Amino acid sequence: MTNLLKCCFPTTDIKYNQCQLTGLVIMRVLIGWHFLYEGIAKLLNPYWSSAAYLLESKWIFSGLATTIVANPTLLTLVDNINMWGLTLVGLALTIGLAERPAAYTGMVLVLLYYLFMPPFVGYEYSVPTEGSYIVVNKNLIEAAALFVVACFPSGGIIGIDKFFLSKKR
Amino acid sequence: MSVSEKENVTQAKLTNDMNPERREVLKGLATIPVVGVFFYNLWKKLRIDEIKRKNLLAELITTKDAPAVASSALSGDHLRIGIIGYGGRGQHLVRGAGFATPEWTARASKNAQNNKLDKGFETFMQQNDLNVSLTGVCDLFDVRAEMGLAASQNDIRPGGKPMEGAKKYRHHSELLADENIDAVIIGTPDHWHSRIAIDAARAGKHVYCEKGLTRTFDEAIDLYDAVKETGISFQLGHQNRQVEANEKARQIVQQGLLGPINLVEVTTNRNSPWGAWVWDIHPAANEKNLDWDTFQEPSPKKIKFGDEALARFFRWRCWFDYGTGLSGDLFSHDFDAMNQILDLGIPKYVSASGGIYFFKDGRDVPDVFHATLEYPEKNLTLLYSATLSSNQSRGNLIMGHDATMQLGGESNRGSVAGFIVTADAESTRYRDKLQEGIINPQYPIYSYTPGSKQIDGITSATTRYFANKGLVYTYREGKRVDPTHLHVKDWLDSIRNGTQPSCNIEVALHEAVACHMSTESYLKGRRIKWDANRRKLI
Repeated sequence: MTNLLKCCFPTTDIKYNQCQLTGLVIMRVLIGWHFLYEGIAKLLNPYWSSAAYLLESKWIFSGLATTIVANPTLLTLVDNINMWGLTLVGLALTIGLAERPAAYTGMVLVLLYYLFMPPFVGYEYSVPTEGSYIVVNKNLIEAAALFVVACFPSGGIIGIDKFFLSKKR
Repeated sequence: MSVSEKENVTQAKLTNDMNPERREVLKGLATIPVVGVFFYNLWKKLRIDEIKRKNLLAELITTKDAPAVASSALSGDHLRIGIIGYGGRGQHLVRGAGFATPEWTARASKNAQNNKLDKGFETFMQQNDLNVSLTGVCDLFDVRAEMGLAASQNDIRPGGKPMEGAKKYRHHSELLADENIDAVIIGTPDHWHSRIAIDAARAGKHVYCEKGLTRTFDEAIDLYDAVKETGISFQLGHQNRQVEANEKARQIVQQGLLGPINLVEVTTNRNSPWGAWVWDIHPAANEKNLDWDTFQEPSPKKIKFGDEALARFFRWRCWFDYGTGLSGDLFSHDFDAMNQILDLGIPKYVSASGGIYFFKDGRDVPDVFHATLEYPEKNLTLLYSATLSSNQSRGNLIMGHDATMQLGGESNRGSVAGFIVTADAESTRYRDKLQEGIINPQYPIYSYTPGSKQIDGITSATTRYFANKGLVYTYREGKRVDPTHLHVKDWLDSIRNGTQPSCNIEVALHEAVACHMSTESYLKGRRIKWDANRRKLI
């Protein structure tokens, strides 16, 4: 239990200077904002489904994607995990609450998006993209950024996590 | 230090002790305003979207819901149907009525196991039980007749075990003479349609006839008169009548969203031997099990049984002796869809051209074909353009002064797609909205994806991309319905209710005359005029 609390509301021995702290908070909040809107936009659209995305899947997860799409119950579950996962992770990162689990959850989500549709050489997708990618795309970069957020938490200094740390003290 | 100075220092200390705590609270809440800014922006976006939607659609789209895809189960009398012509299309039609061959159900079930996305078997099994029996099968090729018998007894079907099996008939006249049959589905080649359908009408049997209506113009008129005289329920096999995209498109056109429409363009784009009707010749077919003489009885040219006869039997669409080529085979689909959406009727003039440019395999029907249908009273031209040697999907366009509707097209690999409506940059109707930036002519103002029931004025490049894919139709609802099944059901409903179905003899005649005018024009190399008073082609 203590370990879980430590994980959720980590005290950090890392001392940041003003510039580092500012950078970390900005990164956390911007990623949080992005997640929050991705989630809410899907929640607000009653016709949104991950089916179209999943059907384009290539590489190791294409079989799993097909299984999900072929099963309406599973697809609904996956749709809900996406919509609510993105929204809650986004909100948590923005306000700095349970920052580390939120960052790791978000990282897993975007890594899955990456792995379901990796921009590897030879893989072509008909879903339009806004940029040009080879091996590395924005999903992968966002996953890496979330790893940094998880390793260097700032919610205990600028964020709601601070109050839980205070109570513990 | 004076007393007052000491007091000041104490006060300052107190203040300093308070400040850090307050500061810490503020730090903890520092990013909360970001959430406020986020939701303010979200609210602003939703409001703008709503204004756009209202501006665009409120007064234009009265019905927000698309027509239901699925329909309720049938009640009423049990009907006994016969199939005349149990080839590829005939088999599909009979599946639409709820009977598939054991080979088909085994194959479809296996396909579903191998490919989870293959919903063919599930779609069939989820069809409504139409409360019918397949009691008669007539096909000139014995192998197919036997398949029909097996299908009539196959209990792998919606509704379970069939009430009674079918009887085999060598000639359609024997089947029509049987009182154990209430209605017939005609899936023969076109050159037999009119004779069988007229005989059926005279025998008091209701008719579902596959398109094109007839092989010749005169036959179409005769069939029309026979259906009118006998009062049977007649359905022409254009299942597009059941496609919700067409119904939605009709609503939009009727509400004037496109403005005056002067040009409609429909296309066929295929690029394979299969697409050009070069179908397999059944390896078991021979003179004993295939009644070639009866097959060619109504056709102008007679040939002896042999390899050419076999080719003509299984690839009959390649010859004018049995069909009408691109005109009656594929143009008829798109024509009927446009007639459904726009109430076109019969054109006044038709000019057609084309040639056999790719499939020089002995056929006499063109593989590149174009027809221009003029409707001077409607201020409209319908342009049809077909090729059997390019897959470049051109879709179908209804071009209005204010907006253009782009439809996937019915004959493009058999897929039923959605449509998008894009405003014209020079539109009169939308001038203000274009100037205010509410409408962007680069993006659709309306998109419709089959089955999704999504009616929305807010679109993007991605929406435009997905509009024609129909993914939601198949996978979101978890249930897909075959329009052919709905079309057969529509016919059976009309028999039970004593009404006429959606593709009744009136609209069937529009299709037939428009297509025959196109064929006539191509064959005669001149413009053909429709004399409505004398019901003649001039």
